[in-house]
Amino acid sequence: MDLPSGQSSVADHQVVVVGNGMVGHRFVELAADIPGVGVTVFGEEPRGAYDRVHLSEYFAGTSADDLALGTPPEAATVHIGEGVQEIDRDAKTVTTTQGRIVEYDTLVLATGSYPFVPPIEGRDRPHCHPYRTIEDLDGIQASGVGGAVGVVVGGGLLGLEAANALKNMGLATHVVEFAPGLMGTQLDDGGGTMLRGMVKKLGVEVHTGKNTLRIVDGESSRHRMEFADDTALETDLVVFSAGIRPRDELARDAGLEVGERGGIVIDEGCRTSDPNILAIGECALYDGRIFGLVAPGYEMAKVAAAGLAQDDSVAFRGADMSTKLKLLGVDVASIGDAHGRSRGASTYTYIDERERVYKRIVVNKTGKKLLGAVLVGDTADYGMLLQTMRSELTLPKHPDALILPRRDGGGMPAGAVDSLPDEAQICSCHDVSKGAIVAAVCEGATTLGAVRSCTKAATGCGGCAPLVTQVLNAELERQGVEINTDLCEHFPHTRQELYHLVRARGITTFAELIEKHGRGRGCDICKPAAASIFAACWNDHVLRPKHAPLQDTNDHFLANMQKNGTYSIVPRVAGGEITPDKLIALGQVAKKYDLYTKITGGQRIDLFGAQVHELPLIWRELIDAGFETGHAYGKAVRTVKSCVGSTWCRYGVLDSVGMAIHIENRYKGLRAPHKLKFAVSGCTRECAEAQSKDVGVIATEIGWNLYVCGNGGMRPRHADLFATGLDDATLIQLIDRFLMFYVRTADRLQRTSVWMENLEGGLDYLKSVVIDDSLGLAAGLEAEMAHVIDTYKCEWKAAIEDEEKLQRFRTFVNSNRTDDSLVFVRERGQRRPAFADELAVEV
Amino acid sequence: MNASSSANAPCGPEEGETPSLQGPTADMIDWTPVCSLDALIPDVGVRALVGEEQVALFRLSGLGEVFAIDAFDPFSKAPVLSRGIVGDLNGQLVVASPIFKQHFNLETGSCLEDAAMSVRTYQTRVVAGRVEIASGLSRGNGEGR
Ligand SMILES: Cc1cc2nc3c(=O)[nH]c(=O)nc-3n(C[C@H](O)[C@H](O)[C@H](O)COP(=O)(O)OP(=O)(O)OC[C@H]3O[C@@H](n4cnc5c(N)ncnc54)[C@H](O)[C@@H]3O)c2cc1C
Ligand code: SF4
Repeated sequence: MDLPSGQSSVADHQVVVVGNGMVGHRFVELAADIPGVGVTVFGEEPRGAYDRVHLSEYFAGTSADDLALGTPPEAATVHIGEGVQEIDRDAKTVTTTQGRIVEYDTLVLATGSYPFVPPIEGRDRPHCHPYRTIEDLDGIQASGVGGAVGVVVGGGLLGLEAANALKNMGLATHVVEFAPGLMGTQLDDGGGTMLRGMVKKLGVEVHTGKNTLRIVDGESSRHRMEFADDTALETDLVVFSAGIRPRDELARDAGLEVGERGGIVIDEGCRTSDPNILAIGECALYDGRIFGLVAPGYEMAKVAAAGLAQDDSVAFRGADMSTKLKLLGVDVASIGDAHGRSRGASTYTYIDERERVYKRIVVNKTGKKLLGAVLVGDTADYGMLLQTMRSELTLPKHPDALILPRRDGGGMPAGAVDSLPDEAQICSCHDVSKGAIVAAVCEGATTLGAVRSCTKAATGCGGCAPLVTQVLNAELERQGVEINTDLCEHFPHTRQELYHLVRARGITTFAELIEKHGRGRGCDICKPAAASIFAACWNDHVLRPKHAPLQDTNDHFLANMQKNGTYSIVPRVAGGEITPDKLIALGQVAKKYDLYTKITGGQRIDLFGAQVHELPLIWRELIDAGFETGHAYGKAVRTVKSCVGSTWCRYGVLDSVGMAIHIENRYKGLRAPHKLKFAVSGCTRECAEAQSKDVGVIATEIGWNLYVCGNGGMRPRHADLFATGLDDATLIQLIDRFLMFYVRTADRLQRTSVWMENLEGGLDYLKSVVIDDSLGLAAGLEAEMAHVIDTYKCEWKAAIEDEEKLQRFRTFVNSNRTDDSLVFVRERGQRRPAFADELAVEV
Repeated sequence: MNASSSANAPCGPEEGETPSLQGPTADMIDWTPVCSLDALIPDVGVRALVGEEQVALFRLSGLGEVFAIDAFDPFSKAPVLSRGIVGDLNGQLVVASPIFKQHFNLETGSCLEDAAMSVRTYQTRVVAGRVEIASGLSRGNGEGR
């Protein structure tokens, strides 16, 4: 299969690229722009280049299309599913697996590596897989079906990532490691021990110092693994993740120089021993080292492309293998000389066994320069430490200040980012320097989102987001731009701060709030914000006279004002399930009051065209028919959309309607910074479109999957997978916490998506707070939610039972006349407001 | 549709006289009683029918005065201004239109966002606990309707 290609025939320098992986793809993107160069790519995998770094997300529902790295440039010709078999250096041609012979002027080898599978007897049995390609993951997923136990061979970085995947598949998971510790390449003994404790606590069994001899038929499971110490382990599935080996076979056969333990030898220009052949990425060996990370590979791609363009100013001189990642929910980072092997080095270590934090820094002989670091459990300082090492910054007098907890407020010591030079690389995935970020800020990118979109910083692994934010804020401050987060001219506070003031000080009225914490009379920004805070904190009936002036008209009249000043009414139809009798009642009311009737996208019915004085009359009838308010007028929980699920659908796995009704009834009436939409699908076919909602729930064979922070509308956002395989109680518990944390901390009119994107640490942080309770807030959040649920009242029911409140539903204060200035037109059997050109000209 | 017809009767103070009020003097005005002051919740507007005109009335907390402006929002052309949120912006007393959110000065009727737009304002007074509106006369001139 060939991907769309452009014309390369006019080019006078033909480049052939072997391997369409991450690095090959990056090279093609860069080289295709060089004038006079034609690029032809051969990729052996059955699909275009994809993001291998995020491969494990495939298990969490990210599709192969989502992982794809984008279409190759027009000017390149890409042959997918066609490998290169042979290089003829004399003829300067390559021969492909389809017998095609192609000439090259420059050949680029970007063949990556293959997973090393130790020579264990029985390693070829079914349900034994490596972990490198999408096809491998398909195989693992298939083997997981019907299995109960999974084993990962290899306790390194990738092995732990694979273990996480197996655990999420619901398997009892074991990690078997030959070495005495986990992640031996990156961590020292102390870090490894801490990690091991944390991993075990998460329910993954760790077996170190185990030499697997053979895999044979099992008794209770598919396989039985036998170890050199005469112990054994039964398992249904084995994943090999015991390291990688460079794919240098082509180079070897062609007589290029390769390393003793593999790898195609390259120089600073990424040239192999044949100057017409370059090698980049994981297959290349520079200075005796292989670089198994994507950033050094991208660097090589850049150098190789520059060389083609006759630009010798850039060179590859190795890369440090610092890494930061989250494994099984545990933050781990390793920087530079993590083991302290440099001569004269000394170390500082901080261990907190209660919070499970391990930090160690390695400093040079004089104690003035940082050589390396290990962080387990808390990696917030990763970016700063990495830059301190790379930029060779002089350390403070007491270097332990770098790892000791800063309890008063936290964050890096003030001014730390200022000391970084402009060349300091902040985002290593996309090689964005501090200078580039500062330049972007100067050109008007004043939010993290804007910096992201114009520099690409923090759009790779995202690990540098906190540091990017610090650079951004430091620069804004330097420019004297006041980062004004005030709610409005009346309150020098954010919504979040006001929320805390209200809750902590027990404030219940706007008068008190503005007197103590603001100035002036308030406005249409701060008043509704305060009303929503009071409602969320105290669940006071929103029609209480003291709150009346704070409400915008929709909240004031508990209906949605439309363009001609009339209102629409949306009764709650939980989960979209409605009895025929209720449907008839709705129809009768609509007919009686001549209300325009329309089905909404949230599976309810909207009745339009009511005047203020009609609202209580209509609601009295609706309440008699068993309806409740639908809160369509409020920044509140709106609908929980659902599909019919296991009740009727042949594919349904769980009762999505039942769950939707349960969720809707639980959270109805909850006031929030913005409207909240939910959906529940009965299986992964996702007919309820849960992944476009603030809270989306999808049934799977092993329980509910929870998605958060999606939305439709002007800026649609796909929701993020938050947790998988949940039972009913855990699902509800997580939603409780998630919603309350949002209510507590979001800004006014900030939807969950924007809120999450603005949280420092993003989704991972949110998970740590909500799932792992890293801030110790969970109990409080649940209690607050319980209060809101316990004190729920239908606002319309309360309104029509209260003569005083009914007073306000008058069209005119001094007349019982109705508003006869309204003009309607009948269309398709219903009435609608007249357009301007339909009005009799009468002025 | 109602329209502003007798909006701009020019009744300025007579030459040489010291005006006691800006605009027409109190005894020259036709006052229409509207409702009791208690019917107005502070900072919550109501709509009144004065003749055939729809007027938005506001009583502001801490102020004795009642403010009256045309209820029609010149932007949406809907009678909604009594249903906006009141407050102050840069020291001006304002109401925000609930449709497109422009702010109107309660004392002058001018729109803060668009100097070319404004609404009529009406004089009011409170007599023996009842709110009265000056009918047929306005303090300012509605434009943009
Ligand atoms: C699960 C997993 C997680 C990872 N996580 C991280 C991480 O968090 N951070 C990080 O920096 N790195 C990570 N990596 C490593 C990263 O993916 C690699 O460093 C990167 O993909 C290397 O790119 P490459 O192009 O050199 O090799 P590859 O991406 O492997 O591409 C090589 C391509 O060449 C093809 N090929 C080989 N021989 C031929 C031939 N003869 N003809 C045609 N095609 C051929 C192969 O099929 C392959 O598609 C991870 C890797 C895995 C597997
Ligand atoms: S999501 Fe699944 S269960 Fe629900 S309707 Fe679609 S196919 Fe059926």
